Amino acid sequence: MFAKPTLLAAGLAVGLAAFMPHKAEAHRRWLLPSSTVLAGEGTTVTVDAAASNGLFTFDHRPMGLDDLKVIGPDGQPVQHKVIGSGEFRSVFDVPLQQQGTYRIAIANEGMSGVYTLNGERKRFRGVADQVPAGATDVRVTQNASRVETFVTLGAPTETALQPTGQGLEMIPITHPNDLVAGEEAQVRFLLDGQPAAGLEVEFVEGGTRYRDDAGIQTLTTDSDGVLTLTAARPGMYYVEASQGGGQGGPGGGEGEAPARVSSYTAVLEFLPL
Amino acid sequence: MRKTIIITATSLAATPAVAADMQISLEIPRLRVAEYHNPYIAIWIEDEAGKAVATLDAWYDVDLKGEEAGTKWLPDLRTWWRRAGRSLRMPADGISGPTQAPGRYDLRFSEGTRPLGRLAPGSYKLRVEAAREVGGRELVTIPFQWPPRSAQTGSASGTAELGAIRLTVRP
Repeated sequence: MFAKPTLLAAGLAVGLAAFMPHKAEAHRRWLLPSSTVLAGEGTTVTVDAAASNGLFTFDHRPMGLDDLKVIGPDGQPVQHKVIGSGEFRSVFDVPLQQQGTYRIAIANEGMSGVYTLNGERKRFRGVADQVPAGATDVRVTQNASRVETFVTLGAPTETALQPTGQGLEMIPITHPNDLVAGEEAQVRFLLDGQPAAGLEVEFVEGGTRYRDDAGIQTLTTDSDGVLTLTAARPGMYYVEASQGGGQGGPGGGEGEAPARVSSYTAVLEFLPL
Repeated sequence: MRKTIIITATSLAATPAVAADMQISLEIPRLRVAEYHNPYIAIWIEDEAGKAVATLDAWYDVDLKGEEAGTKWLPDLRTWWRRAGRSLRMPADGISGPTQAPGRYDLRFSEGTRPLGRLAPGSYKLRVEAAREVGGRELVTIPFQWPPRSAQTGSASGTAELGAIRLTVRP
């Protein structure tokens, strides 16, 4: 009586694992700002950075801040202040002295893979020259990941929102700090600067701990990479997309090119009007 | 939230005047709460498309300066902030004023004079928004036509943060 469902569950788990698309990161990674719409001559926004299952609860790991970069309204980097990392989250402050929109992002590009040396299978992470001479059966994945959010002091501006052309990016059409519950918001996804057509994107309202339904909206970009987001209720929302996967060759010369994985997440706030 | 809106044309003999004028009577209700702060209030006019054409008043903690300046909480006036406030430089002449205690306030604005200025003929909305520290927010709307052919009064009432609002426009 009890054994049957357990077996069935185990069977399902194996089946699911076999068919699950490759995910670069099992947990949701996010930057949660204290406010997204701010006013005054100058102020500070504080941001929590975490990888978690729940949104937006600190339940797994802090995010590393080595690759954190803040772009100010003039397109120039803004110096942030790291407060620290605890067991579950990292915290940093961003001073806002210029009027306009800031893009706060942890973005990185790297490589990971496996090779065989002296009959032993080894993993590596970092750059390609970590593969020693004499290694065989080299399998490589290039990873590009971006985790970001946006805040605005005063009136929204566009300069900080320009695409970098690297990896998967979400370029707002509706300004990301001018989002209102019940109104459609449009964004465009780019992969290496080109429209990412037919990309599957998850859109989830925060507060997952307090509801039974996971509440994941699975959306697909159109042929121009454009997606429409609609938040029924005001709140902080999570956006996630990834493209690519698997493993490829070491690249270089006539060998098989490395496989690529690009992932993107953002936190957007929809306000009540 | 639906507000009851009554527009009544009070048939006054059209008095020849050089400029139309607008009178607003606004009530800030007295509330029984543990921690009370005077509300931030914005009063502005929107055209038919919802574009803010004039901010008449913005009452906030104008005297609070420094790290936690009074301007910090202006976005709590959410609709006004989005439609007008965020593109204004505060304090703004003839618009900014200190917060006010509960009571009734009578305001008067003249056509051609700041901050009302001149409005193109058409349908407009007077909007009054209130937001209170550790309290709520409320937005009250009264539609009107401009220029007024005769004296007209519109009224609406808030249910929490604002009391009765009355708008009288006169040619």
